Amino acid sequence: MKPTLEQLTAQFTALNGPAPVALVPTQPAASAVPAAAATASAPVAAAPKPPVQTTDFAIKGYVFDATVAPAQVVAAAAIMERAGFGLDAVTGVDWIAQNEMEVVYDFFHPEVNFRAVYRTRVSRTTPEIPTISPVFAGANWHERETHEFFGIRFLGHPDLTPLLLPEDATFHPLRKDYQP
Amino acid sequence: MNVSKELLPAGPSGEAPQETFILNLGPQHPATHGVLRIRTTMDGEWITRAEPIIGYIHRMHEKMGENRTWAKFLPNTGRIDYLSAMHYTHAFVGAVERAAKIEVPPRAEYVRVITSELNRIASHLVWWGALLLDLGGFTPILYSFEDRELILDLLEGLCGARLTFCYYRFGGLCNDVDAEFIDGTRALVKHMRPRLEMYRALVTGNIILRKRLEGIGPITAEMCRKYGATGPVIRGAGVAYDVRTVEPYSVYPQFDFKIPTYPEADSMARYHVRMDEMEQSLRIIEQALDQLPDGPVMGKVPRVLKLPVGDTTYAVEAARGRFMVRIVSDGKDTPYRLKLRTPCFSNLSLFEEASKGMMLPDALAMLGSLDLVIPDIDR
Amino acid sequence: MSAILDFLLGLAWPWTRLLLFLVGICAFVGLNAAYLVLAERKGAARFQRRPGPNEAGYAGWMQPFADGLKLLSKQVLIPPGTDALLYCVAPLMVMAPPLMCLAVVPFGESLVARNLDYGLLFVFSFGSINVMALMLGGWASRNKFSVISSARVVSQNVAYEIPMLLVVITLLMVAGTLDLNEVIRQQTGGFWQWNILRGIWDFRAGHIGANFLMPVTFIIFYTCMLAETNRAPFDMAEAESELVAGAFTEYGGMGFGVFFMAEYANIVLGCSLATILFLGGWQSPFPPVSFLAYFSGPLWGPIWFLAKMYCLVFSVIWVRWTFPRTQFYNLLNLSWKILIPISLFTLLLTGALMKLPLVWRHLF
Repeated sequence: MKPTLEQLTAQFTALNGPAPVALVPTQPAASAVPAAAATASAPVAAAPKPPVQTTDFAIKGYVFDATVAPAQVVAAAAIMERAGFGLDAVTGVDWIAQNEMEVVYDFFHPEVNFRAVYRTRVSRTTPEIPTISPVFAGANWHERETHEFFGIRFLGHPDLTPLLLPEDATFHPLRKDYQP
Repeated sequence: MNVSKELLPAGPSGEAPQETFILNLGPQHPATHGVLRIRTTMDGEWITRAEPIIGYIHRMHEKMGENRTWAKFLPNTGRIDYLSAMHYTHAFVGAVERAAKIEVPPRAEYVRVITSELNRIASHLVWWGALLLDLGGFTPILYSFEDRELILDLLEGLCGARLTFCYYRFGGLCNDVDAEFIDGTRALVKHMRPRLEMYRALVTGNIILRKRLEGIGPITAEMCRKYGATGPVIRGAGVAYDVRTVEPYSVYPQFDFKIPTYPEADSMARYHVRMDEMEQSLRIIEQALDQLPDGPVMGKVPRVLKLPVGDTTYAVEAARGRFMVRIVSDGKDTPYRLKLRTPCFSNLSLFEEASKGMMLPDALAMLGSLDLVIPDIDR
Repeated sequence: MSAILDFLLGLAWPWTRLLLFLVGICAFVGLNAAYLVLAERKGAARFQRRPGPNEAGYAGWMQPFADGLKLLSKQVLIPPGTDALLYCVAPLMVMAPPLMCLAVVPFGESLVARNLDYGLLFVFSFGSINVMALMLGGWASRNKFSVISSARVVSQNVAYEIPMLLVVITLLMVAGTLDLNEVIRQQTGGFWQWNILRGIWDFRAGHIGANFLMPVTFIIFYTCMLAETNRAPFDMAEAESELVAGAFTEYGGMGFGVFFMAEYANIVLGCSLATILFLGGWQSPFPPVSFLAYFSGPLWGPIWFLAKMYCLVFSVIWVRWTFPRTQFYNLLNLSWKILIPISLFTLLLTGALMKLPLVWRHLF
């Protein structure tokens, strides 16, 4: 199955709901909650970007970039699964200035040049997000790794013990406020 | 040859008799080629569960990246997967060049391709010897290291290193290739073809080897996709996924080469893929040497490199599969976030599912056919 | 006076002779183990295009002594939790059988410690103790790898004992004796009289031999010998890439050294048997005619014997450094599904061919 950009855009737009999402970056306040989750913000308070967009491969290295609500990551993963994508990586970015954590899901397609990314943001204070490991079994390890490095809890994940760090590690080294 | 045996409940003592036992393979075990530990639950010699436990050589390259400038991270890349340092450096410099829009002179790109493919052959030669070592054949590794030595000599002449090459720079290469390297590489290509034939005659047709690899350790294309397994693993499952052709980078579109695929999805298929890949690499090297343009090997690079805000990815086909660098920049001279997506991590993650119900020696043969480099998993 | 002396000497001589042979066999086994390790390492080096050990002494000739000294100087360590008695007894038990068996092996027509009438039976009955020793060693070590290896060794040896004995029975039917020296004497008169070829066509009698599948029988015997001595490609007991060092994982120092020596002693024994049963033992390959008769004297006997045996030993080394290890179930399949049926068939064939002339005469 070879998906097209239009199909994927349509599916992700449908996923985000008919209402246009707020294109305002959330305030870097401590009370930010992931409820308003469809928020999309470019890194470091740059100009806001649309939640589903096509990017230039020569500049970004991927052609599809979507932002979804934290509750939608499993549905988004299911879309990717149906479209025949392979799981590339799941990782996090700590946006400490906005008090947010970004979770990035990278996908590659085994047959066509179609690198797709979707991302979501959760609050830094309660970083919780559903796991996509039932959809992509390989996400198990990636999510474990993201959990230990960033402290993002993947709800429903079978085993969140540290993978690369010592098994009793309680610190999250890739958080920007981590002090060794 | 698989049996389906139920995992007996390992309840508290006094309940059903526990007929399985736990066997720790590693972290110091001859078959794991490094500090990989596999916690296997065994029923006799049958594996009911094999759980890889990794992280024994975790060095947190991603955090290291955040603490130093873009250029200072460059030597680290060769230490992630020490057997394909060229590819890893290529991915990192590629990502930075893509983000900073640095033009790379064509000669540099051609030399990158040549050295990358040389590195791929060297890496596959190590794999070949190590797999046979896993299967109890001692002799091949000494033959393959003899050939690998020639490649390492060539690359040493270029950049001084024999293993952790750091030859690429943002915008080009640290120095140009000389006539000695070009002649040596041509001679190597001429030398390697009959050697590969010899390897086939010596090892590939061996009945014991075929019995040990054929039909053993099936990893389907669907499984590869779900786990993100790439490289020879997915090509051994019949999917022609190769970053060099599917997501072309550098000057790979200029060359005529085949992506070997085998639909059997067993250990033998992965074996054949790698053996064929060495031949294809020789073809690429030959073409690149013929087309090698003249000119500088270094483009214009700003003295203090600051990348524009945003994220960029760059993927290469490393010897073990897809290696991707995701860099997130906040406009400073250091990365804000550096994600290294390594192929062995994904390739190993499917081991638990794939090894269920296998016998221990078969599982270890499959482990060998995955071609793992442990620092690449642990980063 | 002299009569008494003669009487005493006559009384002492068999014992002295036995003692001399005992010392001789121990020295033979020890030197063989030492220098076969060197030969193996040198041979492996040749196959792998490298020099091999060449530092200790001239061209590495002192290497075995260096190795031996190193092993001897190591502390004898009994890991906690092991069955100490069995752990210590196992290396002795693995070393004793080949020493015992070599007592009945005729190196020359009269160069045999004890010429037993039931030599062949003796060899096989003592040879089977080997497997028990390995099993005990693995079991006593209290190591999971060792226990797995023990289980493998038992099933492997049981599986390969059967075709080996079937092959030997085939030969027994041809030879009609269990006396090893007698088996060799029957093979006199040039290499075509050796059992391996005599089975195809009996030149002396001028008719078809007892079993024209004799070369196949030899290959079965050789394969079983490799498996019985746990040599590659059937080295399931050690299988270092799977089971670390198998049954010997917990052994160090001379305990391991003895297992190692026993392996080579067993190879020597196995190759000796193959030489005796198939390749004419101490018989010269030339017929005893004219000047060629010179080569079949009592002096030449041991030379021919050792030459044939070491050729076989070399082939064992050759096989090890050429082939990868088999899978365990393939190993058992080979025995139960291929070797045993074939050896059974050759057994029946031999019986039939031997009785054929009788039947022929009876009918016509």
